[in-house]
Amino acid sequence: MHGRIRTWGPGALVLLPTVLLLGYFVYGLIAWSFNTSLTNRHTARKGPADYVGFENYGHLFGEERFINSLKNLGVLTVAFIVGTLIFGLLWALLLEKGVPGESIFRSVYLFPMAISMIASGVVWGWLLNPSQGEDARGLNRLFEILHLGFLENSWWTAGNRWTTMASIALPAVWQLSGYIMALFLAGFRGIPPELREAARVDGASEFKLYRHVLFPQLSPIALSALIILGHMSLKLFDLIYAITGPNQFRTEVPSVYMWNTLLRSDQAKAAAIAIVLLAVVAVLVIPYIAYTVRQETEE
Amino acid sequence: MSAETAAATGQAAAAISRKPQKRGTIADGSTRRSRTVRYLLLLLFLLFVLTPVYVVLITSFKTSGDTTAAQQWSLPKEWTLEPWRKAWDVLQPYMIRSLSLAIPAAIISSLIGSANGFVLARWRFPGANIVFAFILFGMFIPYQAVMLPLRTTFTELDVTRGVPTLILAHCIYGLPICTLIFRNYYATIVPNEIIESARVDGAGLIQTYLRIILPISISGFVVTLIWQFTSVWNDFLFALFLTQQNNGPVTLGLAALAGGQKVDYAASMAGALITSFPTLIVYILLGRWFIGGLMAGALKG
Repeated sequence: MHGRIRTWGPGALVLLPTVLLLGYFVYGLIAWSFNTSLTNRHTARKGPADYVGFENYGHLFGEERFINSLKNLGVLTVAFIVGTLIFGLLWALLLEKGVPGESIFRSVYLFPMAISMIASGVVWGWLLNPSQGEDARGLNRLFEILHLGFLENSWWTAGNRWTTMASIALPAVWQLSGYIMALFLAGFRGIPPELREAARVDGASEFKLYRHVLFPQLSPIALSALIILGHMSLKLFDLIYAITGPNQFRTEVPSVYMWNTLLRSDQAKAAAIAIVLLAVVAVLVIPYIAYTVRQETEE
Repeated sequence: MSAETAAATGQAAAAISRKPQKRGTIADGSTRRSRTVRYLLLLLFLLFVLTPVYVVLITSFKTSGDTTAAQQWSLPKEWTLEPWRKAWDVLQPYMIRSLSLAIPAAIISSLIGSANGFVLARWRFPGANIVFAFILFGMFIPYQAVMLPLRTTFTELDVTRGVPTLILAHCIYGLPICTLIFRNYYATIVPNEIIESARVDGAGLIQTYLRIILPISISGFVVTLIWQFTSVWNDFLFALFLTQQNNGPVTLGLAALAGGQKVDYAASMAGALITSFPTLIVYILLGRWFIGGLMAGALKG
């Protein structure tokens, strides 16, 4: 027994502060938020509040504004993931065999990732100006100059949810496609060259080589990419704040709605929105963490 | 991350810049043409990505009368530094706060992350995987779920508002990602024999860490430092919830400069560039490691 403690005791001691800190600041505070969401603390005042069970959640899901924010989030997430995966994979495919100046392409494709979503939101908010025709600004003006007037668009001010949220997804795609490219590129380069050679010797066409030999090797990376992008999109806040300002029903998602609710000091409702958001993220992420940890244990 | 990705992660920086293996001896007729098409497509996408950069740059040198709709994509009629001066005047105090916040936060969380990562990668104790999952989950949570009580906690602990609050928050919530990066680093890069030989010598865990591991962790540190610096510098959510204009970081300053009713577009664009410089410089100088951090790290939103 003494020997066992000596073996793993010091390790546990190193981890202890982290475990305690995260135990409080992650799990403890989530429990605290959850607790607040079960009360009628609808003002900023301190002091005791009464428990009302799941009433706040009931109200949320009966509320048009919250349902709207969930629908917006769904559309945003689909548009963002599809867009980013298409560009990321395409760029990786174009670069994968090596071209002159590859590192320049890679660096340029990747650089938007280094910029804050606030800075990119300031720029894109300006590019996505809804004015058209004579008065066109931003991207619309560029389309005008290039005689591509049919591409002009009212962007996020459009009445249609898909156009609106795809306009929000556009800057996010611009920022993160390079990251997905980097993931896939590392994946392609990690595939043993013998696999390609063997397929070529067997007479496989380029298309079949990718379809049946290379792509299956990349599926774990694709899964990671999907989870990463999905959870980023669910939490997206800065970009919307910078492009449209926080108070836009059209582009409101739960993370933004939570902020707006808090501005009106409705703590219980803000907490309930945050917990719903957490639950949505958890549904995506917990199976992934469990899968990862189990797989590593098997090794 | 999955085991495969974890493995890819460790050597990511190396793998990605590794030249593709010999392009094969089969020279079919279509090769040259397809290579040209590929190149043209790459250039086209390059243009796409750089379009916003062009318009931001030219706008930031324009006089206020020069930013009309019709002129938006043309070069400035008259080049001026006025927008830059204006943006800098507003942003300077925020820049200083952001620097004095991002550097210590990055260093502290990297140090703790390195010790944690080493233990998790090499010391098999009962329930190590549960502890790992417990830590990992903290990386994915939407911070909205902790923000309200976090504010209360910091008030009760009497942490000084502004930079100290943000350092503390970023250190705590940066622990999962730093731990993960270092765990993958030690699991794939550092040969097991080094640690095993140390254990045979009778060196304890902490001795092993200090004497053997720390000196060979430099590239792991570069990755986490860059990663943390960038994400702290770019953070807006903690800034918005935990600080005000008079003590907040640069993202808050930029949002104020570019927000409101009468926006000076030229100054906003100059401001967007000014606030992006530190992370861009890091990216340009240390791009290789930046990619390494991305591989392990962009799980954090």
